[in-house]
Amino acid sequence: MNKVKELPGEVVATAANSPSIGHSVRAYVERVRGGDMGALPAVLGLVVLCTVFAIARPAFLTAINFANLFTQGAAVTLIAMGLVFVLLLGEIDLSAGFASGVCAAVLAVTLTNMGLPWYIGVVAAIITGVLIGLMLGGLVAKVGIPSFVVTLAAFLAFQGLVLVLVDEGTNISIRDEVIVAIATRNLPPWLGWATYAVGVGVYAAVQFLRARKRAQRGLAADPLSLILARVGSLAVIAGVAVYVLNLERSRNALLTSLTGVPIVVPVILVLLIVWTFVLRRTAFGRHLYAVGGNAEAARRAGIAVDRIKVSAFVICSSMAAVGGIVAASRASSVDPNTGGSSVLLYAVGAAVIGGTSLFGGKGRVLDAILGGAVVAVIENGMALMGYGSSVKYLVTGSVLLLAAGVDALARKRAAAAGLR
Amino acid sequence: MTTPLLEVRGIDKSFGPVQVLHDVAFSAHAGEVTALVGDNGAGKSTLVKCVGGIYPIDSGDILFDGKPVQVHGPRDAGTLGIEIVYQDLALCDNLDIVQNMFLGRERRRGLVLDEASMEEMAQETLSGLSVRTVKSIRQQVSSLSGGQRQTVAIAKAVLWNSKVVILDEPTAALGVAQTAQVLELVRRLADKGLAVVLISHNMNDVFAVSDRIAALYLGRMAARVKTADVTHAQVVELITSGRSGDLGIMP
Repeated sequence: MNKVKELPGEVVATAANSPSIGHSVRAYVERVRGGDMGALPAVLGLVVLCTVFAIARPAFLTAINFANLFTQGAAVTLIAMGLVFVLLLGEIDLSAGFASGVCAAVLAVTLTNMGLPWYIGVVAAIITGVLIGLMLGGLVAKVGIPSFVVTLAAFLAFQGLVLVLVDEGTNISIRDEVIVAIATRNLPPWLGWATYAVGVGVYAAVQFLRARKRAQRGLAADPLSLILARVGSLAVIAGVAVYVLNLERSRNALLTSLTGVPIVVPVILVLLIVWTFVLRRTAFGRHLYAVGGNAEAARRAGIAVDRIKVSAFVICSSMAAVGGIVAASRASSVDPNTGGSSVLLYAVGAAVIGGTSLFGGKGRVLDAILGGAVVAVIENGMALMGYGSSVKYLVTGSVLLLAAGVDALARKRAAAAGLR
Repeated sequence: MTTPLLEVRGIDKSFGPVQVLHDVAFSAHAGEVTALVGDNGAGKSTLVKCVGGIYPIDSGDILFDGKPVQVHGPRDAGTLGIEIVYQDLALCDNLDIVQNMFLGRERRRGLVLDEASMEEMAQETLSGLSVRTVKSIRQQVSSLSGGQRQTVAIAKAVLWNSKVVILDEPTAALGVAQTAQVLELVRRLADKGLAVVLISHNMNDVFAVSDRIAALYLGRMAARVKTADVTHAQVVELITSGRSGDLGIMP
C-alpha cells in the first residue's frame, strides 16, 4: 500500500507549451505501436507495390501509365470517398457500385436519349444519388433494418434498375463534349502548374495562420518545423506528379500532343478538400465521428443520431453518383455493367486499405484516396504483368482481407494497450 | 430551511405492468452532496433518468428552484442546468477530451467549429476543478484511465454552468487511488455551490462525502436523513429492509 498516491502528472496549464517536432514524431510512433496505424499500411503498400512493378515492368514507370493510373482509379476512389462516411458510422453500403451505375444511366438517358445539356444530366444524376441515399438511410435509421441487408437488397434491385434504364442490355453512348472531357482530357500544362501553386500556397497559408492564431491564444500549436515538413512534402510530391503529368506522353507527338493533368484530378482534389473540411471543421463532421464511436453517448449528448445516419448515406450515394459520372465519361458510354462487377468491392477495399475502420469511428477522406491509389496500382500493374482477371481478383481480394485483418488486429492491440 | 434546488414529489413510474417507483419524494440542496442509496433494482437509476428526461414520468412533480418544471428530454434537463454523469460513461473513445466535453454543444463561428475557444474553456474548467492528472486535453479518451475518464465526464457536466450534477455510481469501476480522486472532485463540486446527487453502493464513499442520505427500498423512499445523524449500520438496514428502528417505511 505504498503507491496509493497517484503520480501528480503534468499540470494542465503547462500542456500549452508548443511541442517540438521530436515530440510530434514520438507521439506518432507511440500511436502506431499502440495499434492506431492510420494510413501507414496504405503508404507502405503503395511504395512496395510501385517498386515491385517498376522493377518487373519498366512500362509501369512511364508518364502515360502514370496518367492512366489516375483515370483508371478515379471512379472507384470517388465512390470510396463517399463510403468513408457510411463506414465511419460502422455501417456499410454494398449498393454504392450499382448506385453509381444507376446514376450514370440516368446521366446517359438525359444526355443521349433526351438530348438535354450536360449540366442537367449531371444534376439529374446527383439528385438520383441523393434520393437513393435518402431511401437507404431512411430504411436503416428510421425502420431499423441492418444496413448490410438494406444495401444488399439495393445491390440486386439497382442492378435491375440499370437494366431498365438502358433498355435490357443495350449500350448508351455519350457524346457530350463536357462529360467525356472529365475523364479523358487534360488541363493545359500552365493551368496544372497554376493550380499546383495556388493549392500549395493556400495549404501553407492555412497551416501557418492556424498555428499563429493558436500560439497567440496560448494554446499548443504545431511547431514551425513540423509545418514546414508538411508543406514541403506536399510541394515535392505534388510537384513531381504535376511535372510528370505535364510531360509529353503521346506515342507520336507530331500527330497529337498529349500532356497535362487529367481533369479528374482537380475534381477529386476539390471533393477531398470539401469533405475533409466537413469532417474535421464542422459540427456535423464531429457528430459523425461521435455516432461512429459511441452512438448512445451521441444520443445522450442531444445529437440527432437518425439524421446523421441518413446524411451519411446521402453523401455516400451522391459520391457514388459522381463516381458514376466519371465512369461514364471514361467509357464514353453506359452499359448494364457500369458500376458492376468489382467496382463496389474495390471501393470498399480502397476505403479500408486506406485505414478507415470497418468498426466505425475512425477514418478520413484522404484514406480513401490513398487506398484507391493502392487498388489502382494493383489493377494496373497486374495488367502490365500480363495476368488475367483471375489473378487480379485473387490479389485484390487478398489485399482487402489483409487490410481488414490489419484493422481488426490494430483494434485488438489497441484494446490490449488500454487504448480502447 | 432553504428551498431545495431540485425537488421531486410523488413520482410514479411503471414499465408496463411493473411499477418501479411508488410516490417517491426526493430533494437536493445547493452546496450539498446528497447520496441516493438503495439495493439493485430499488429504482435509483430510474429516478435519475426520470429527472434527466430520459424516461417520462407517469405522475408527480419536478420542481427546480421551487418552481414546477416539465422535463421532456435530455435537452430540457440541460437547459435547466441539470447534468447527469451516467454509470456507463457517455464518452466517445475516438474523440479527444475537448471534443467530448463539448459534444452536441460545440461552439462555432459561422459554419466552422471554434476549436481554440473550446480548448480554452475546457482547460479553464479542468483547472478550476484542480484536475492535474491529464497530460494533454487533446488526448483521445481511449488513452485515459478509468478515473481520468470519470473526471472528464464530471468536468463535462460542470462546463455548462450546471446547477445540479447527478453522478450515477461514479466510483464503481475504480481503484483505491482513483476513487479518492473522484470523491475529492465530488466534494469540490458541492463546495463550489452546486447541488450534487451521488448514487452509490459503497457506504465508505457515501459517508466520506455526503451531507444527506436518501435511501430507496423497492421503489419507495425509505428515509431521507442527514449523514451526521445516522450510522453505517442504520443505512445498510434501510437499504436491505427498508427500515431501521424508528426510521424507514413502517409496516
